[in-house]
Amino acid sequence: MPKVSVLSYFSNKIQTGRFTFKTAGNPTFYGFPTEVLMKLQLKWLLLELSQKRSFPSSFMNRLGKYLIFLGSLFKNREKMNVYLNRVLDECILIGVDSVFIVSIVSSFIGAVTCIQTAYNLISPLIPNSTIALIVRDMTVLELAPTITCIVLSGKVGSSIAGGLGTMRITEQIDALEVMGINAASYLVLPKIIAAVIVFPMLVILSGFLSIYGGYLAGTLTGAVTPTEYVYGLRDSFQPFNVPFALIKSVVFAFLISSISSFQGFYTKGGALEVGQSSTNAVTNSCISVLLADYMLAQLLL
Amino acid sequence: MIEIRNISKSFNDKQVLNGISGKFKNSDTSLIIGGSGTGKSVLLKCIVGLVKPDEGQVLYDGRDFWSGDTETKRAVRREIGMLFQGSALFDSKNVEENVMFPLHMLTNMPKSEKRDRVAFCLQRVGLENASKRMPSEISGGMQKRVGIARAIVMNPKYLFCDEPNSGLDPLTAIKIDDLIAEITDEFEITTIVVTHDMNSVMGIGEYIMFLYQGRKLWEGDSNSITETNIPELKEFLFANKLLKEIKEKEEEGS
Repeated sequence: MPKVSVLSYFSNKIQTGRFTFKTAGNPTFYGFPTEVLMKLQLKWLLLELSQKRSFPSSFMNRLGKYLIFLGSLFKNREKMNVYLNRVLDECILIGVDSVFIVSIVSSFIGAVTCIQTAYNLISPLIPNSTIALIVRDMTVLELAPTITCIVLSGKVGSSIAGGLGTMRITEQIDALEVMGINAASYLVLPKIIAAVIVFPMLVILSGFLSIYGGYLAGTLTGAVTPTEYVYGLRDSFQPFNVPFALIKSVVFAFLISSISSFQGFYTKGGALEVGQSSTNAVTNSCISVLLADYMLAQLLL
Repeated sequence: MIEIRNISKSFNDKQVLNGISGKFKNSDTSLIIGGSGTGKSVLLKCIVGLVKPDEGQVLYDGRDFWSGDTETKRAVRREIGMLFQGSALFDSKNVEENVMFPLHMLTNMPKSEKRDRVAFCLQRVGLENASKRMPSEISGGMQKRVGIARAIVMNPKYLFCDEPNSGLDPLTAIKIDDLIAEITDEFEITTIVVTHDMNSVMGIGEYIMFLYQGRKLWEGDSNSITETNIPELKEFLFANKLLKEIKEKEEEGS
Protein backbone atom coordinates (compact mmCIF):
# COMPACT_ATOMS: atom_id res chain seq x y z
CA MET A 1 0.00 0.00 0.00
CA PRO A 2 1.79 3.21 -1.08
CA LYS A 3 2.03 6.11 1.38
CA VAL A 4 1.86 9.47 -0.39
CA SER A 5 1.18 13.06 0.50
CA VAL A 6 -2.05 14.51 -0.82
CA LEU A 7 -0.15 17.26 -2.57
CA SER A 8 2.25 14.92 -4.35
CA TYR A 9 -0.58 12.58 -5.28
CA PHE A 10 -2.71 15.25 -6.93
CA SER A 11 0.21 17.07 -8.53
CA ASN A 12 1.29 13.77 -10.02
CA LYS A 13 -2.23 13.12 -11.28
CA ILE A 14 -2.43 16.59 -12.83
CA GLN A 15 0.94 16.14 -14.52
CA THR A 16 0.31 12.75 -16.00
CA GLY A 17 -3.40 13.23 -16.57
CA ARG A 18 -4.17 9.83 -15.15
CA PHE A 19 -4.27 7.98 -11.88
CA THR A 20 -0.87 6.58 -11.06
CA PHE A 21 -1.52 4.05 -8.29
CA LYS A 22 -3.81 1.63 -10.01
CA THR A 23 -1.49 -1.34 -9.58
CA ALA A 24 -0.27 -0.43 -6.11
CA GLY A 25 -3.67 -0.46 -4.40
CA ASN A 26 -5.46 2.15 -2.34
CA PRO A 27 -2.93 4.85 -1.32
CA THR A 28 -2.79 6.05 2.29
CA PHE A 29 -2.84 9.83 2.44
CA TYR A 30 -1.31 11.83 5.27
CA GLY A 31 -1.07 15.52 6.16
CA PHE A 32 -4.83 16.25 6.37
CA PRO A 33 -7.56 15.89 9.08
CA THR A 34 -9.53 12.61 9.17
CA GLU A 35 -12.75 13.94 7.55
CA VAL A 36 -10.74 15.39 4.66
CA LEU A 37 -8.86 12.13 4.32
CA MET A 38 -12.12 10.19 4.14
CA LYS A 39 -13.30 12.46 1.34
CA LEU A 40 -10.00 11.93 -0.44
CA GLN A 41 -10.34 8.16 -0.10
CA LEU A 42 -13.82 8.45 -1.65
CA LYS A 43 -12.42 10.63 -4.42
CA TRP A 44 -9.76 8.02 -5.07
CA LEU A 45 -12.42 5.32 -5.33
CA LEU A 46 -14.42 7.42 -7.83
CA LEU A 47 -11.29 8.01 -9.87
CA GLU A 48 -10.57 4.30 -9.91
CA LEU A 49 -14.10 3.58 -11.07
CA SER A 50 -13.96 6.27 -13.75
CA GLN A 51 -10.83 4.58 -15.11
CA LYS A 52 -12.73 1.33 -15.42
CA ARG A 53 -14.99 3.10 -17.92
CA SER A 54 -12.16 2.98 -20.42
CA PHE A 55 -12.86 -0.73 -20.97
CA PRO A 56 -16.03 -0.28 -23.10
CA SER A 57 -14.40 2.45 -25.18
CA SER A 58 -11.32 0.34 -25.86
CA PHE A 59 -13.58 -2.64 -26.69
CA MET A 60 -15.61 -0.51 -29.13
CA ASN A 61 -12.38 0.79 -30.65
CA ARG A 62 -11.19 -2.77 -31.19
CA LEU A 63 -14.57 -3.88 -32.55
CA GLY A 64 -14.55 -0.98 -35.03
CA LYS A 65 -11.06 -1.88 -36.18
CA TYR A 66 -12.16 -5.51 -36.61
CA LEU A 67 -15.13 -4.48 -38.78
CA ILE A 68 -12.92 -2.21 -40.93
CA PHE A 69 -10.52 -5.14 -41.27
CA LEU A 70 -13.37 -7.37 -42.48
CA GLY A 71 -14.37 -4.67 -45.00
CA SER A 72 -10.80 -4.43 -46.30
CA LEU A 73 -10.88 -8.13 -47.27
CA PHE A 74 -13.24 -7.36 -50.13
CA LYS A 75 -11.50 -4.23 -51.47
CA ASN A 76 -9.07 -4.44 -54.44
CA ARG A 77 -9.26 -8.20 -54.66
CA GLU A 78 -6.81 -10.21 -56.73
CA LYS A 79 -7.50 -12.63 -59.61
CA MET A 80 -10.02 -15.40 -58.80
CA ASN A 81 -7.65 -18.26 -59.66
CA VAL A 82 -5.22 -16.93 -57.03
CA TYR A 83 -7.92 -17.29 -54.37
CA LEU A 84 -8.95 -20.73 -55.64
CA ASN A 85 -5.46 -22.16 -55.20
CA ARG A 86 -5.05 -20.49 -51.83
CA VAL A 87 -8.44 -21.77 -50.60
CA LEU A 88 -7.50 -25.34 -51.54
CA ASP A 89 -4.18 -25.01 -49.68
CA GLU A 90 -5.93 -23.61 -46.63
CA CYS A 91 -8.59 -26.37 -46.71
CA ILE A 92 -5.77 -28.87 -46.35
CA LEU A 93 -4.08 -26.91 -43.56
CA ILE A 94 -7.25 -26.17 -41.63
CA GLY A 95 -9.32 -29.25 -42.46
CA VAL A 96 -7.27 -32.32 -43.32
CA ASP A 97 -4.62 -31.58 -40.70
CA SER A 98 -7.32 -31.30 -38.02
CA VAL A 99 -9.06 -34.64 -38.73
CA PHE A 100 -6.90 -36.56 -36.25
CA ILE A 101 -7.46 -34.32 -33.22
CA VAL A 102 -11.18 -33.93 -33.99
CA SER A 103 -11.56 -37.73 -34.29
CA ILE A 104 -9.83 -38.42 -30.99
CA VAL A 105 -11.73 -35.74 -29.06
CA SER A 106 -15.12 -36.66 -30.54
CA SER A 107 -14.81 -40.41 -30.00
CA PHE A 108 -13.87 -40.00 -26.36
CA ILE A 109 -16.50 -37.35 -25.67
CA GLY A 110 -19.20 -39.65 -27.09
CA ALA A 111 -17.90 -42.60 -25.08
CA VAL A 112 -17.70 -40.60 -21.84
CA THR A 113 -21.17 -39.09 -22.38
CA CYS A 114 -22.64 -42.56 -22.83
CA ILE A 115 -20.98 -44.04 -19.74
CA GLN A 116 -21.81 -41.06 -17.50
CA THR A 117 -25.44 -40.99 -18.68
CA ALA A 118 -25.74 -44.71 -18.00
CA TYR A 119 -24.24 -44.15 -14.54
CA ASN A 120 -26.90 -41.53 -13.74
CA LEU A 121 -29.90 -43.42 -15.17
CA ILE A 122 -30.52 -45.87 -12.38
CA SER A 123 -34.32 -45.82 -12.36
CA PRO A 124 -35.87 -49.06 -13.73
CA LEU A 125 -38.72 -46.95 -15.17
CA ILE A 126 -36.42 -45.25 -17.68
CA PRO A 127 -35.55 -47.46 -20.65
CA ASN A 128 -31.87 -47.99 -21.56
CA SER A 129 -32.52 -46.56 -25.03
CA THR A 130 -32.72 -43.13 -23.35
CA ILE A 131 -28.93 -43.27 -23.01
CA ALA A 132 -28.56 -43.23 -26.81
CA LEU A 133 -31.18 -40.51 -27.12
CA ILE A 134 -29.23 -38.30 -24.69
CA VAL A 135 -25.91 -39.03 -26.41
CA ARG A 136 -27.47 -38.18 -29.79
CA ASP A 137 -29.04 -34.91 -28.72
CA MET A 138 -26.03 -33.76 -26.72
CA THR A 139 -23.74 -34.60 -29.61
CA VAL A 140 -25.77 -33.03 -32.39
CA LEU A 141 -26.90 -29.96 -30.46
CA GLU A 142 -23.80 -29.06 -28.52
CA LEU A 143 -20.82 -31.37 -28.33
CA ALA A 144 -20.11 -31.83 -32.04
CA PRO A 145 -20.39 -28.20 -33.16
CA THR A 146 -19.30 -26.33 -30.04
CA ILE A 147 -16.65 -28.55 -28.50
CA THR A 148 -15.16 -29.31 -31.91
CA CYS A 149 -14.99 -25.62 -32.71
CA ILE A 150 -13.42 -24.81 -29.35
CA VAL A 151 -10.79 -27.47 -29.99
CA LEU A 152 -10.28 -26.02 -33.48
CA SER A 153 -10.00 -22.50 -32.11
CA GLY A 154 -6.98 -23.75 -30.18
CA LYS A 155 -5.40 -25.58 -33.07
CA VAL A 156 -6.43 -23.52 -36.09
CA GLY A 157 -6.78 -20.14 -34.36
CA SER A 158 -3.31 -20.16 -32.84
CA SER A 159 -1.81 -21.40 -36.10
CA ILE A 160 -3.49 -18.61 -38.12
CA ALA A 161 -2.54 -15.86 -35.64
CA GLY A 162 1.01 -17.16 -35.24
CA GLY A 163 1.53 -17.46 -39.01
CA LEU A 164 0.21 -14.00 -39.81
CA GLY A 165 1.99 -12.46 -36.81
CA THR A 166 5.29 -13.89 -37.97
CA MET A 167 4.66 -12.60 -41.49
CA ARG A 168 3.96 -9.15 -40.03
CA ILE A 169 7.10 -8.91 -37.88
CA THR A 170 9.34 -10.27 -40.66
CA GLU A 171 7.94 -7.63 -43.07
CA GLN A 172 6.42 -10.21 -45.42
CA ILE A 173 3.06 -8.41 -45.19
CA ASP A 174 4.80 -5.09 -45.94
CA ALA A 175 6.42 -6.75 -48.96
CA LEU A 176 2.98 -7.72 -50.28
CA GLU A 177 1.63 -4.22 -49.75
CA VAL A 178 4.60 -2.60 -51.48
CA MET A 179 3.91 -4.84 -54.50
CA GLY A 180 0.41 -3.37 -54.65
CA ILE A 181 -1.28 -6.55 -53.40
CA ASN A 182 -4.10 -6.26 -50.85
CA ALA A 183 -2.32 -8.29 -48.17
CA ALA A 184 -5.41 -8.69 -45.97
CA SER A 185 -7.49 -10.01 -48.83
CA TYR A 186 -4.76 -12.24 -50.25
CA LEU A 187 -3.79 -13.80 -46.92
CA VAL A 188 -6.99 -13.77 -44.85
CA LEU A 189 -9.95 -14.22 -47.21
CA PRO A 190 -8.86 -17.74 -48.32
CA LYS A 191 -8.47 -18.75 -44.66
CA ILE A 192 -12.03 -17.62 -43.84
CA ILE A 193 -13.53 -19.29 -46.93
CA ALA A 194 -11.61 -22.51 -46.22
CA ALA A 195 -12.73 -22.52 -42.58
CA VAL A 196 -16.38 -21.97 -43.56
CA ILE A 197 -16.12 -24.92 -45.99
CA VAL A 198 -14.26 -27.43 -43.81
CA PHE A 199 -15.62 -26.73 -40.31
CA PRO A 200 -19.10 -28.16 -41.12
CA MET A 201 -17.41 -31.25 -42.59
CA LEU A 202 -15.37 -31.68 -39.42
CA VAL A 203 -18.52 -31.22 -37.32
CA ILE A 204 -20.33 -33.93 -39.31
CA LEU A 205 -17.34 -36.25 -38.79
CA SER A 206 -17.26 -35.32 -35.12
CA GLY A 207 -20.99 -36.04 -34.68
CA PHE A 208 -20.68 -39.42 -36.34
CA LEU A 209 -17.61 -40.44 -34.31
CA SER A 210 -19.08 -39.17 -31.08
CA ILE A 211 -22.27 -41.21 -31.51
CA TYR A 212 -20.22 -44.22 -32.62
CA GLY A 213 -17.89 -43.76 -29.63
CA GLY A 214 -20.95 -43.82 -27.39
CA TYR A 215 -22.17 -46.99 -29.11
CA LEU A 216 -18.85 -48.77 -28.57
CA ALA A 217 -18.52 -47.66 -24.96
CA GLY A 218 -22.16 -48.50 -24.15
CA THR A 219 -22.20 -51.92 -25.77
CA LEU A 220 -18.71 -52.99 -24.65
CA THR A 221 -19.46 -52.15 -21.00
CA GLY A 222 -22.92 -53.70 -21.18
CA ALA A 223 -24.67 -50.45 -20.25
CA VAL A 224 -26.88 -50.71 -23.30
CA THR A 225 -27.50 -53.33 -26.00
CA PRO A 226 -26.90 -52.52 -29.68
CA THR A 227 -30.64 -52.78 -30.39
CA GLU A 228 -31.52 -50.40 -27.53
CA TYR A 229 -28.83 -47.94 -28.68
CA VAL A 230 -30.06 -47.86 -32.28
CA TYR A 231 -33.67 -47.58 -31.08
CA GLY A 232 -32.68 -44.66 -28.83
CA LEU A 233 -30.91 -42.91 -31.69
CA ARG A 234 -34.12 -42.99 -33.77
CA ASP A 235 -36.49 -42.15 -30.94
CA SER A 236 -38.02 -38.60 -30.89
CA PHE A 237 -35.54 -37.35 -33.47
CA GLN A 238 -35.82 -33.62 -34.33
CA PRO A 239 -34.52 -33.21 -37.92
CA PHE A 240 -33.90 -29.46 -37.43
CA ASN A 241 -31.11 -30.25 -34.97
CA VAL A 242 -28.80 -31.26 -37.84
CA PRO A 243 -29.06 -28.01 -39.89
CA PHE A 244 -28.89 -26.12 -36.59
CA ALA A 245 -25.54 -27.78 -35.81
CA LEU A 246 -24.27 -26.95 -39.31
CA ILE A 247 -25.39 -23.31 -39.02
CA LYS A 248 -23.52 -23.10 -35.74
CA SER A 249 -20.39 -24.58 -37.29
CA VAL A 250 -20.45 -22.04 -40.16
CA VAL A 251 -20.83 -19.12 -37.72
CA PHE A 252 -18.09 -20.47 -35.46
CA ALA A 253 -15.79 -21.04 -38.44
CA PHE A 254 -16.20 -17.42 -39.51
CA LEU A 255 -15.61 -16.11 -36.00
CA ILE A 256 -12.56 -18.26 -35.26
CA SER A 257 -10.83 -17.64 -38.59
CA SER A 258 -11.57 -13.91 -38.78
CA ILE A 259 -10.75 -13.11 -35.14
CA SER A 260 -7.51 -15.11 -35.25
CA SER A 261 -6.54 -13.47 -38.54
CA PHE A 262 -7.28 -10.04 -37.09
CA GLN A 263 -5.11 -10.73 -34.05
CA GLY A 264 -2.23 -12.01 -36.18
CA PHE A 265 -2.47 -9.38 -38.91
CA TYR A 266 -2.07 -6.47 -36.50
CA THR A 267 0.76 -7.96 -34.44
CA LYS A 268 3.34 -5.35 -33.47
CA GLY A 269 6.77 -6.00 -32.01
CA GLY A 270 8.68 -9.27 -31.99
CA ALA A 271 8.48 -12.95 -31.14
CA LEU A 272 6.95 -12.27 -27.73
CA GLU A 273 4.08 -10.34 -29.28
CA VAL A 274 3.46 -13.14 -31.81
CA GLY A 275 2.95 -15.47 -28.84
CA GLN A 276 0.60 -12.95 -27.25
CA SER A 277 -1.36 -12.65 -30.49
CA SER A 278 -1.80 -16.42 -30.62
CA THR A 279 -2.99 -16.49 -27.02
CA ASN A 280 -5.38 -13.59 -27.61
CA ALA A 281 -6.66 -15.26 -30.76
CA VAL A 282 -7.56 -18.45 -28.88
CA THR A 283 -9.07 -16.61 -25.91
CA ASN A 284 -11.15 -14.20 -27.99
CA SER A 285 -12.25 -16.96 -30.38
CA CYS A 286 -13.42 -19.18 -27.50
CA ILE A 287 -15.37 -16.35 -25.87
CA SER A 288 -16.98 -15.34 -29.16
CA VAL A 289 -17.88 -18.98 -29.93
CA LEU A 290 -19.60 -19.36 -26.56
CA LEU A 291 -21.47 -16.05 -26.95
CA ALA A 292 -22.55 -16.95 -30.47
CA ASP A 293 -23.58 -20.41 -29.25
CA TYR A 294 -25.93 -18.85 -26.70
CA MET A 295 -27.33 -16.30 -29.17
CA LEU A 296 -27.96 -18.91 -31.88
CA ALA A 297 -29.70 -21.19 -29.39
CA GLN A 298 -31.96 -18.30 -28.34
CA LEU A 299 -32.68 -17.26 -31.92
CA LEU A 300 -33.12 -20.59 -33.69
CA LEU A 301 -34.49 -23.07 -31.15
CA MET B 1 12.57 11.10 -60.39
CA ILE B 2 11.16 10.96 -56.89
CA GLU B 3 10.58 14.21 -55.08
CA ILE B 4 9.56 14.54 -51.44
CA ARG B 5 8.18 17.82 -50.16
CA ASN B 6 7.95 18.83 -46.55
CA ILE B 7 7.36 15.34 -45.11
CA SER B 8 6.40 15.31 -41.43
CA LYS B 9 5.32 12.39 -39.30
CA SER B 10 4.54 11.94 -35.61
CA PHE B 11 3.74 8.84 -33.61
CA ASN B 12 1.58 9.85 -30.64
CA ASP B 13 3.47 12.87 -29.26
CA LYS B 14 6.82 12.00 -30.75
CA GLN B 15 7.80 13.92 -33.88
CA VAL B 16 9.78 11.45 -35.99
CA LEU B 17 10.11 13.42 -39.24
CA ASN B 18 10.09 17.18 -39.46
CA GLY B 19 9.58 18.89 -42.83
CA ILE B 20 11.94 16.82 -44.98
CA SER B 21 12.29 17.67 -48.68
CA GLY B 22 14.59 16.32 -51.36
CA LYS B 23 14.93 15.08 -54.94
CA PHE B 24 16.14 11.63 -55.94
CA LYS B 25 17.19 11.57 -59.61
CA ASN B 26 16.86 8.83 -62.22
CA SER B 27 19.79 6.41 -62.57
CA ASP B 28 21.30 7.72 -59.34
CA THR B 29 21.89 5.67 -56.21
CA SER B 30 20.63 7.97 -53.49
CA LEU B 31 21.37 7.32 -49.86
CA ILE B 32 19.47 8.33 -46.76
CA ILE B 33 21.90 8.13 -43.86
CA GLY B 34 21.81 8.86 -40.16
CA GLY B 35 22.14 7.21 -36.78
CA SER B 36 19.64 4.75 -35.32
CA GLY B 37 16.28 6.31 -34.47
CA THR B 38 16.69 9.35 -36.71
CA GLY B 39 13.68 8.45 -38.86
CA LYS B 40 15.39 6.96 -41.94
CA SER B 41 13.21 3.87 -42.16
CA VAL B 42 10.04 5.85 -41.39
CA LEU B 43 10.92 8.26 -44.21
CA LEU B 44 11.43 5.31 -46.56
CA LYS B 45 8.09 3.83 -45.48
CA CYS B 46 6.42 7.20 -46.14
CA ILE B 47 7.95 7.23 -49.63
CA VAL B 48 6.93 3.66 -50.56
CA GLY B 49 3.44 4.08 -49.17
CA LEU B 50 3.57 1.91 -46.05
CA VAL B 51 3.21 4.81 -43.58
CA LYS B 52 1.09 7.85 -44.35
CA PRO B 53 2.86 11.12 -43.54
CA ASP B 54 0.98 13.70 -41.47
CA GLU B 55 2.02 16.40 -43.92
CA GLY B 56 3.84 16.65 -47.22
CA GLN B 57 3.90 15.14 -50.67
CA VAL B 58 5.68 12.23 -52.35
CA LEU B 59 5.87 12.72 -56.11
CA TYR B 60 6.77 9.87 -58.45
CA ASP B 61 7.62 11.56 -61.76
CA GLY B 62 5.09 14.23 -60.87
CA ARG B 63 2.37 11.83 -59.60
CA ASP B 64 1.40 12.65 -56.04
CA PHE B 65 1.21 9.27 -54.31
CA TRP B 66 -0.67 10.17 -51.14
CA SER B 67 -3.34 12.38 -52.68
CA GLY B 68 -3.81 10.02 -55.65
CA ASP B 69 -6.76 7.62 -55.97
CA THR B 70 -6.48 3.84 -55.43
CA GLU B 71 -5.65 3.20 -59.09
CA THR B 72 -2.81 5.76 -59.08
CA LYS B 73 -1.41 4.19 -55.94
CA ARG B 74 -1.65 0.71 -57.44
CA ALA B 75 0.01 1.88 -60.66
CA VAL B 76 2.88 3.51 -58.74
CA ARG B 77 3.29 0.47 -56.49
CA ARG B 78 3.66 -1.78 -59.50
CA GLU B 79 6.64 0.32 -60.58
CA ILE B 80 8.31 -0.14 -57.19
CA GLY B 81 10.75 -2.84 -56.13
CA MET B 82 11.85 -3.05 -52.54
CA LEU B 83 14.54 -4.90 -50.64
CA PHE B 84 13.66 -5.16 -46.95
CA GLN B 85 16.06 -5.14 -44.03
CA GLY B 86 15.37 -8.79 -43.22
CA SER B 87 14.83 -9.67 -46.91
CA ALA B 88 11.13 -10.50 -46.19
CA LEU B 89 11.18 -13.64 -48.32
CA PHE B 90 8.07 -15.83 -48.11
CA ASP B 91 9.02 -18.79 -45.89
CA SER B 92 6.66 -21.22 -47.59
CA LYS B 93 8.05 -20.62 -51.09
CA ASN B 94 11.42 -21.59 -52.55
CA VAL B 95 13.80 -19.08 -54.13
CA GLU B 96 12.33 -19.41 -57.61
CA GLU B 97 8.74 -19.10 -56.35
CA ASN B 98 9.68 -16.06 -54.28
CA VAL B 99 11.12 -14.29 -57.30
CA MET B 100 8.24 -15.42 -59.53
CA PHE B 101 5.59 -14.27 -57.04
CA PRO B 102 5.13 -10.67 -58.32
CA LEU B 103 4.92 -11.94 -61.92
CA HIS B 104 2.36 -14.53 -60.89
CA MET B 105 0.24 -12.04 -58.98
CA LEU B 106 0.49 -8.96 -61.13
CA THR B 107 0.92 -10.10 -64.74
CA ASN B 108 -0.69 -12.45 -67.23
CA MET B 109 2.63 -13.66 -68.66
CA PRO B 110 2.80 -17.23 -69.97
CA LYS B 111 4.54 -19.60 -67.60
CA SER B 112 7.58 -20.11 -69.87
CA GLU B 113 8.12 -16.36 -70.08
CA LYS B 114 7.88 -16.08 -66.29
CA ARG B 115 10.48 -18.82 -65.88
CA ASP B 116 12.83 -17.10 -68.34
CA ARG B 117 12.47 -13.77 -66.52
CA VAL B 118 13.08 -15.40 -63.12
CA ALA B 119 16.10 -17.28 -64.48
CA PHE B 120 17.50 -13.99 -65.85
CA CYS B 121 17.05 -12.19 -62.52
CA LEU B 122 18.56 -15.04 -60.51
CA GLN B 123 21.47 -15.23 -62.90
CA ARG B 124 21.90 -11.44 -62.59
CA VAL B 125 22.33 -11.74 -58.81
CA GLY B 126 24.46 -14.89 -59.13
CA LEU B 127 21.98 -17.37 -57.71
CA GLU B 128 21.07 -19.47 -60.74
CA ASN B 129 22.01 -22.66 -58.86
CA ALA B 130 19.92 -21.95 -55.78
CA SER B 131 16.50 -21.67 -57.39
CA LYS B 132 14.99 -24.72 -55.69
CA ARG B 133 16.30 -23.99 -52.20
CA MET B 134 14.10 -22.67 -49.40
CA PRO B 135 14.89 -19.29 -47.76
CA SER B 136 15.81 -21.06 -44.52
CA GLU B 137 18.45 -23.09 -46.39
CA ILE B 138 20.44 -20.12 -47.72
CA SER B 139 22.73 -17.57 -46.04
CA GLY B 140 21.80 -13.98 -45.12
CA GLY B 141 23.76 -12.59 -48.07
CA MET B 142 22.02 -14.98 -50.47
CA GLN B 143 18.64 -14.00 -48.99
CA LYS B 144 19.47 -10.35 -49.72
CA ARG B 145 20.33 -11.25 -53.30
CA VAL B 146 17.06 -13.16 -53.68
CA GLY B 147 15.34 -10.05 -52.28
CA ILE B 148 17.07 -7.94 -54.96
CA ALA B 149 16.07 -10.44 -57.67
CA ARG B 150 12.45 -10.28 -56.49
CA ALA B 151 12.61 -6.48 -56.40
CA ILE B 152 13.83 -6.19 -60.02
CA VAL B 153 11.76 -8.99 -61.56
CA MET B 154 8.95 -6.62 -62.53
CA ASN B 155 11.35 -4.18 -64.25
CA PRO B 156 10.73 -1.48 -61.64
CA LYS B 157 11.31 2.22 -62.23
CA TYR B 158 12.06 2.77 -58.56
CA LEU B 159 14.13 0.57 -56.25
CA PHE B 160 14.18 0.97 -52.47
CA CYS B 161 16.58 -0.79 -50.13
CA ASP B 162 16.17 -0.66 -46.36
CA GLU B 163 19.55 -1.28 -44.74
CA PRO B 164 20.72 -3.83 -47.33
CA ASN B 165 23.98 -4.45 -45.46
CA SER B 166 22.64 -5.13 -42.00
CA GLY B 167 23.82 -8.43 -40.58
CA LEU B 168 26.32 -9.07 -43.37
CA ASP B 169 30.10 -9.37 -43.24
CA PRO B 170 32.00 -6.43 -44.80
CA LEU B 171 32.92 -8.29 -48.01
CA THR B 172 29.38 -9.51 -48.68
CA ALA B 173 28.08 -6.03 -47.80
CA ILE B 174 30.33 -4.47 -50.46
CA LYS B 175 29.16 -7.07 -53.00
CA ILE B 176 25.52 -6.22 -52.26
CA ASP B 177 26.28 -2.49 -52.58
CA ASP B 178 28.01 -3.03 -55.91
CA LEU B 179 25.10 -5.13 -57.13
CA ILE B 180 22.62 -2.39 -56.22
CA ALA B 181 24.73 0.27 -57.97
CA GLU B 182 25.18 -1.92 -61.08
CA ILE B 183 21.47 -2.67 -61.31
CA THR B 184 20.65 1.03 -60.90
CA ASP B 185 22.90 1.94 -63.85
CA GLU B 186 21.95 -1.06 -65.98
CA PHE B 187 18.18 -0.63 -65.74
CA GLU B 188 18.26 3.17 -65.31
CA ILE B 189 16.13 3.13 -62.19
CA THR B 190 15.79 5.56 -59.32
CA THR B 191 17.29 3.88 -56.28
CA ILE B 192 17.00 5.00 -52.67
CA VAL B 193 19.05 3.15 -50.05
CA VAL B 194 18.61 3.66 -46.33
CA THR B 195 21.85 2.85 -44.54
CA HIS B 196 24.26 3.75 -41.79
CA ASP B 197 27.12 1.85 -43.35
CA MET B 198 30.07 4.10 -44.22
CA ASN B 199 31.31 1.76 -46.96
CA SER B 200 28.01 2.30 -48.76
CA VAL B 201 28.25 6.05 -48.25
CA MET B 202 31.70 6.28 -49.78
CA GLY B 203 31.17 3.52 -52.35
CA ILE B 204 27.82 4.06 -54.02
CA GLY B 205 26.37 7.35 -52.73
CA GLU B 206 25.71 9.63 -55.69
CA TYR B 207 23.26 11.73 -53.70
CA ILE B 208 23.30 11.58 -49.91
CA MET B 209 20.76 12.97 -47.44
CA PHE B 210 21.78 13.07 -43.78
CA LEU B 211 19.01 12.94 -41.18
CA TYR B 212 19.45 13.96 -37.58
CA GLN B 213 16.62 13.83 -35.02
CA GLY B 214 13.98 13.77 -37.75
CA ARG B 215 15.42 16.73 -39.70
CA LYS B 216 17.48 16.91 -42.87
CA LEU B 217 20.81 18.40 -41.77
CA TRP B 218 22.83 17.97 -44.93
CA GLU B 219 22.62 16.82 -48.57
CA GLY B 220 25.29 16.35 -51.20
CA ASP B 221 27.48 13.64 -52.70
CA SER B 222 30.21 11.34 -51.42
CA ASN B 223 32.96 13.72 -52.58
CA SER B 224 31.73 16.64 -50.53
CA ILE B 225 30.58 14.74 -47.43
CA THR B 226 34.04 14.54 -45.81
CA GLU B 227 34.51 18.28 -46.14
CA THR B 228 31.46 19.04 -44.02
CA ASN B 229 31.63 21.34 -41.02
CA ILE B 230 28.39 20.12 -39.46
CA PRO B 231 29.41 18.59 -36.10
CA GLU B 232 26.60 15.98 -36.06
CA LEU B 233 27.54 14.73 -39.52
CA LYS B 234 31.26 14.71 -38.66
CA GLU B 235 30.49 12.73 -35.54
CA PHE B 236 28.46 10.25 -37.60
CA LEU B 237 31.11 9.91 -40.32
CA PHE B 238 34.00 9.40 -37.94
CA ALA B 239 32.21 7.20 -35.42
CA ASN B 240 34.32 4.33 -36.76
CA LYS B 241 37.41 4.00 -34.57
CA LEU B 242 39.77 3.31 -37.48
CA LEU B 243 38.53 6.31 -39.48
CA LYS B 244 38.77 8.46 -36.37
CA GLU B 245 42.42 7.48 -35.85
CA ILE B 246 43.27 8.12 -39.51
CA LYS B 247 41.65 11.54 -39.35
CA GLU B 248 43.45 12.42 -36.11
CA LYS B 249 46.79 11.39 -37.63
CA GLU B 250 46.04 13.45 -40.73
CA GLU B 251 45.25 16.48 -38.57
CA GLU B 252 48.43 15.96 -36.53
CA GLY B 253 50.47 15.71 -39.74
CA SER B 254 49.04 18.88 -41.20
